[in-house]
Amino acid sequence: MTRDSNIINNLDWLIILIYGILVLTGWLNIYASVYEEGAGMNIFDVSLNSGKQFIWIASTIVIFIVIMSIDFKFYESISYIIYGLIITMLLLVLIFGSKVSGARSWFEIGSILKIQPSEFAKFATALAVAKFISQPNFRFGRITYLIPVSAMVIGPMLLIFLQPDPGTALIFTSFIVVFYREGLTPYVIIIGFILVLIFILTLFIDQLYIILGVGLFTAIAIGFAEKTFKKIAGILSIAVITIAITLSVDYFQTNILKPHHQTRLKVLINPNSDPLGDGWNVTQSKIAIGSGRMWGKGFLQGTQTKFDFVPEQSTDFIFCTLGEEQGWAGTSFVILLFIILIMRILYIAERQKSRFSRIYGYGVASIILFHFMINVGMTIGLFPVIGIPLPFFSYGGSSLWAFSILLFILLKLDAHRMQILIR
Amino acid sequence: MNDQRIIIIRLAIVLIGLIFIIKLFSIQVLSDNYERAAEGNILQRIIEYPYRGLIYDRKGELLVVNNPMYDLMVVPKEVELKDTMEFCNLFGIDKETFILKYEETKNYSVIKPSVFIKQISNEDFAKIQDKLIEFKGFYISARSVRDYPHTSLANALGYVGEINKSQLDRDTTDFYRMGDYIGISGIESTYEIELRGKRGVKWKMVNVRGIEKGSFKNGQNDTLSVPGNDLISTIDLDIQQYAEKLLDGKVGSLVALEPSSGEILSIVSAPFYDPNMLSGRNFSKSFKQLSSDTLVPLFNRPIMAMYPPGSMFKVIQSLIALQEKVLKPNELIYSDGTLIGDLAPIGYYDVREAIQYSSNNYFYRVFRRIINQGKDPNPYIEARIGLAKWREYVTKFGLGVTPQVDLPNPKSGYVPTVEYYDRIYGQNRWKFSNIYSLCIGQGETLVTPLQMANLVAIIANRGYYYHPHIIKSIGDSGLPDSIYQMKNYVGIDSIHFIPVLEGMEDVIRAGSGRRAYLPDIAVVGKTSTVENPHGPDHSGFIAFAPKEEPKIAIAVYVENSGWGGRAAASIASLVMEKYLSGEVKRKWLEDYVIKGEFLY
Repeated sequence: MTRDSNIINNLDWLIILIYGILVLTGWLNIYASVYEEGAGMNIFDVSLNSGKQFIWIASTIVIFIVIMSIDFKFYESISYIIYGLIITMLLLVLIFGSKVSGARSWFEIGSILKIQPSEFAKFATALAVAKFISQPNFRFGRITYLIPVSAMVIGPMLLIFLQPDPGTALIFTSFIVVFYREGLTPYVIIIGFILVLIFILTLFIDQLYIILGVGLFTAIAIGFAEKTFKKIAGILSIAVITIAITLSVDYFQTNILKPHHQTRLKVLINPNSDPLGDGWNVTQSKIAIGSGRMWGKGFLQGTQTKFDFVPEQSTDFIFCTLGEEQGWAGTSFVILLFIILIMRILYIAERQKSRFSRIYGYGVASIILFHFMINVGMTIGLFPVIGIPLPFFSYGGSSLWAFSILLFILLKLDAHRMQILIR
Repeated sequence: MNDQRIIIIRLAIVLIGLIFIIKLFSIQVLSDNYERAAEGNILQRIIEYPYRGLIYDRKGELLVVNNPMYDLMVVPKEVELKDTMEFCNLFGIDKETFILKYEETKNYSVIKPSVFIKQISNEDFAKIQDKLIEFKGFYISARSVRDYPHTSLANALGYVGEINKSQLDRDTTDFYRMGDYIGISGIESTYEIELRGKRGVKWKMVNVRGIEKGSFKNGQNDTLSVPGNDLISTIDLDIQQYAEKLLDGKVGSLVALEPSSGEILSIVSAPFYDPNMLSGRNFSKSFKQLSSDTLVPLFNRPIMAMYPPGSMFKVIQSLIALQEKVLKPNELIYSDGTLIGDLAPIGYYDVREAIQYSSNNYFYRVFRRIINQGKDPNPYIEARIGLAKWREYVTKFGLGVTPQVDLPNPKSGYVPTVEYYDRIYGQNRWKFSNIYSLCIGQGETLVTPLQMANLVAIIANRGYYYHPHIIKSIGDSGLPDSIYQMKNYVGIDSIHFIPVLEGMEDVIRAGSGRRAYLPDIAVVGKTSTVENPHGPDHSGFIAFAPKEEPKIAIAVYVENSGWGGRAAASIASLVMEKYLSGEVKRKWLEDYVIKGEFLY
């Protein structure tokens, strides 16, 4: 293959196409969610969310051009600087940020420009993690590498959690996918999964039963395992840790987790347990989507979203508008687009010669995947209500910019993949 | 190892996509619950309650009207109460009730309005009206409640109340909803279908805050409410009120009919109550009070209380005997006091005098002639044939059969059958001597005051009647129900009424009913003193006037008031005087009745 210096020929146009479709579909749905019949509205009206989103969308072209014109090596070299900058901003926003719906997550510059640093923390972390893991001697097994790389993710996560914006903080757990790809032992994932499971169980089941269950499980495991001291000690210590966690969950719940977070988990199992609060959101969101049936009610014809039965229709619950107006045809099309996009990103990541680019690619895919999974899952009652946007789709400048930058940097790196010499 | 991980990651992503698409397929395509829930969300069904039909008396006086009343509705999703105590104080409820009610409405629906406080009166509404704006999520819905301006005619008018579970289950037409009002007794109940009108339904599209977003499908499913039909009653309010005044403080019944039409001019059940007691918010309290009253004011005596007819029954015996040709009008029958106890002097009686003096022994003999007509040598079989024939006549007079009156649950009274005596004595083991007490209206026979009034109407008409009814015109038709437009003949030739009527006239002129005598009007009547094993005798009286072209037929029973010639005859006479001449001249009699000391 010849080195083609013309970036246009080396860009991955499939991703750009999917990106374009998602952004435009999102924009139309934002208009549909704010639309009122007979009000003589214009999709470009900047007093509407759709008009503002149009400006954001237009500005991504500028971002695209800027990112494409910077030398590709630049991104790797300034990874830590960007990361450091973002961490500083996350610290500053805790002090100087303005409170929006209870969370100190925004910088307000003047009256128009509002920036949410946590949105940009995702790609900054992706860059920094990629840079760190791509060191030649990096091994997850070594504590001198494991601790800093974990801190790199947990740091911003903690700062965002303090805002408090637990939804965005949760997204940082997506790096587990990157770590797994790069050699982290799967036991970490399994233990994490068990933790989450136990945590959810303690909300519904008495602690005593869980401890009894763990005991039973341990007995069975010992019965089947090789009777070596090492194995039995291992199983026993896992059991002890699990029980200790179970007991500490209670403390966590009462002292750290707010009541509304608990109800959000509970309504997932039984939406009627809180019919006016979070149960309402889940129920109404499902009603809106479900009422779309196969082909939907038609563009701008939705009633549930228009009459405000669904909350946050243009941001977190934008998927409801799609479901109601475009039906299953529309929702499965968009899901398909997301899956193709993510798979394509993974494919691109794997074809990179540089480890940095590959790891960054996995970071991009994981962040988009988690956003997609949590957001759509929440609207159809498979996930607790966690307020995070649907990438490229939801209304919001910071979010759209952050995702665009995230994706465009990967495109830029990919376009120059042939220029990398294997180290 | 990395290749395996790459595959696992990709499989996981595809799996997530599949789970989402399948889950979406199940809620969007497979289930239609969400579509219905969506319509339920945006559609608000506004019920326009129709005005219940009004009820007038025969002269156009309003007996029943509708008063505005307000229900406080709540939409739990919208409720924002800053100060629950203030709310409770304003509406006069305690906090527990509030919490209980609120939970109840929330369980019903969080976004649909449900009734929070029922039937707030106009006056109370005025007090809370301007404060209502402070209580978000609470609304007022206008309804109406029955109001009875004259406080008369309680039992006949009946009352309306909230529909109960069993009535709802029985409603096969699916007309009623929980919380609807339905006529429970009296005219309100029998004419429920005419009075209730038709509910209007308006479908509105609303947003989550209940703000109207236009009509649904341009209102093509909306219907307008249609008010109920007005009814014109046969009741003469003046007579009704006067009769109630006379019966106040007594226990008994009065039924006055217009013989030429069967229209009920007045129907009194004493003791009575103010019908307004059973309207509006005080319903439960008043209902409890009325139903625990030992004199059972809710018991509609004129159509439900059954008494032995007593001496008035002699009139029927005479007519049957004459029709059966077992008695000649001028035939003299020697009546000594040997057969049955008697107050009439010993001597020869014809029909006219036997009625005038109410000779028990005469009617013993007449009744024996009716029963034992020599159709069979066996006296047992003879009695069976005779009783069956006799009973056929009696039932034609409307006795022992359920009256076709337009009031709920009229009692049929009782006229013993052949089978009845068979049960008591065994087949062919009873004869005339077992049943003779029927001759003077004692024994097993039971009648209601309404049936007795109808009997007088038959006599006044010389042999026919219209079914007594209380509504003469439904809506714009100007006509009552068709069954009240038909003449019913009793199978006695009019000629046989002549001696009977003369005897009854003599009762008033010179017999036991002298208190009912009116100087200018020929009154025809018969007293009854009904033996009562539980206490003083019941006083009974039937009469009509004038003798030619009768205008009013009346039956009065006053419980435990002794002779028929006193309490019952006085009351009947005063009512007739009032009706026929417009005013009562005999103030002394009025005072006597109002004082009510009939047993001296």
